[in-house]
Amino acid sequence: MNDKTHSILMNEKATALEAQMVFKNLDFYYGKYHALKGINLEIYKRHVTAFIGPSGCGKSTLLRTMNRMYDLYPEQRATGELLLDGQNILDRRMDVNALRAKVGMVFQKPTPFPMSIYENIAFGVRLNENLSRGQMDERVEWALQKAALWDETKDKLAQSGMSLSGGQQQRLCIARGIAVKPIVLLLDEPTSALDPISTMFIEELISELKTEFTIAIVTHNMQQAARISDYTAYMYLGEMVEFGFTDQVFIKPKKKQTEDYITGRFG
Amino acid sequence: MGMRMGMGMGMGMTRLKRRELTNKVALTLSMAAMAFGLFWLAWILFTTLQLGLSGLSFNLFTKMTPPPGSAEGGLANAIVGSLYMVALATLLGAPIGILAGIYLAEYGQRTWLGATTRFINSILLSAPSIVIGLFVYAVYVARMGNFSAFSGVIALALIVIPVVLSTTENMLLLVPNSLREAAFALGAPKRVVIMQITLRAAKAGVITGILLAVARIAGETAPLLFTALSNQFWSLDLDKPMANLPVTIFKFAMSPFKDWQELAWAGVLLITLGVLGLNIASRIFFRTRHKL
Repeated sequence: MNDKTHSILMNEKATALEAQMVFKNLDFYYGKYHALKGINLEIYKRHVTAFIGPSGCGKSTLLRTMNRMYDLYPEQRATGELLLDGQNILDRRMDVNALRAKVGMVFQKPTPFPMSIYENIAFGVRLNENLSRGQMDERVEWALQKAALWDETKDKLAQSGMSLSGGQQQRLCIARGIAVKPIVLLLDEPTSALDPISTMFIEELISELKTEFTIAIVTHNMQQAARISDYTAYMYLGEMVEFGFTDQVFIKPKKKQTEDYITGRFG
Repeated sequence: MGMRMGMGMGMGMTRLKRRELTNKVALTLSMAAMAFGLFWLAWILFTTLQLGLSGLSFNLFTKMTPPPGSAEGGLANAIVGSLYMVALATLLGAPIGILAGIYLAEYGQRTWLGATTRFINSILLSAPSIVIGLFVYAVYVARMGNFSAFSGVIALALIVIPVVLSTTENMLLLVPNSLREAAFALGAPKRVVIMQITLRAAKAGVITGILLAVARIAGETAPLLFTALSNQFWSLDLDKPMANLPVTIFKFAMSPFKDWQELAWAGVLLITLGVLGLNIASRIFFRTRHKL
């Protein structure tokens, strides 16, 4: 982060801006390919941070370091530090499953599990908590309410999650993610496979959710980033080009590169 | 498309005609190929029905295989023996195949052990069943000193394993990786992801694989010829030879006795209908379960 951005961000310190996650000199490699280069960044608690940039710039990769999704693939590795509430999650001793319970993720394509709507949500909760039937019912309802899906599904909880429409499936995935009560929610282009109405639903949902969760979203849609995020990070070729208030990044970008991308001259 | 049509109506039309013609030729060829395949299948079914139907009677299911020259007889011991051995072989082979398939798809994708296992399995999959029969004869029957139903079960299980293994692996690999990642993203450990998500998503395919393996071994003769052999009498003793349909059919069809030959055809009909039924069942099962 450069000094100017920092000074802007300092202004909001009054409203108790706390960093939830801090990237310190993070590098990422797919085998020998250097995909993220010296990332320094802070993700603020209960705010929405959007990542924009052309395809292949590393924004999804960045998101996937935050829950160590890359761990599934032996040739991928990250160096540097990535703190979650002060704890370095890149540490080998970090319990990855416990981390992922704290940092939830929703993917580009809806991925309902091949089971009922109820079970889709209960699945993740059962991994971490021992709830009674009644408590589980409550949790499922709570999550579906939060994801604005309860009214549409309350009468068919036993139906397969795959029977829902694309937009509903994506909200089911969000409900599933928040049912575990994570701290951070990572959204990897959550609306790129959805129609405009479902997209609107999910965008509204994101503004609701940020009162409780810290949200990081990758999007290809710049209007979307402008609409829903508080902070925007522009990335290019694995580097963090610019980070700041969304309004500032979109209206008065500091870097020429950012301006070119945002005005559509490139990318 | 519209642009192209506008650019030259004449040229567009000839190209369209040529395309239609190509389409017709291709369609005719593929229909002919299908008719060719179906023709033989229909003929086999017709002959089996024609020669086997007369032998179908209540006695077939209640009477034991007859000695030569005796007036009455059935295939009861052979039918039960076949069902018994096929069931045991499936119970023995399917779990091994499923577990190995899980290993290959979920753990051994890029490992040396995985590649080797896959290679050996593909050899086993295409090994002539008579080789498997002789193998079990050499390592088990010859050592024990007698033919036994158990050795037949082993031979059949050895055929079940590669079939179930490769279908399980392929079905698991068909499960999109995004589904696995979604489960991992909730903090699920790998075993939970496999048992509750991946395997469940592939369930219909895995069960279809088992049904196809059952269909495959139900009619195998060669592996039983050297192992379970046959038995003229009722026996469910695993240490003794056991009657079974394929070997009985083999024996009876080669015999000079008219009534034995008739029983053989009835047995052929039973196996054919059974295998056909299993195949249809597996298709219906796969289709209905996949919609979910």
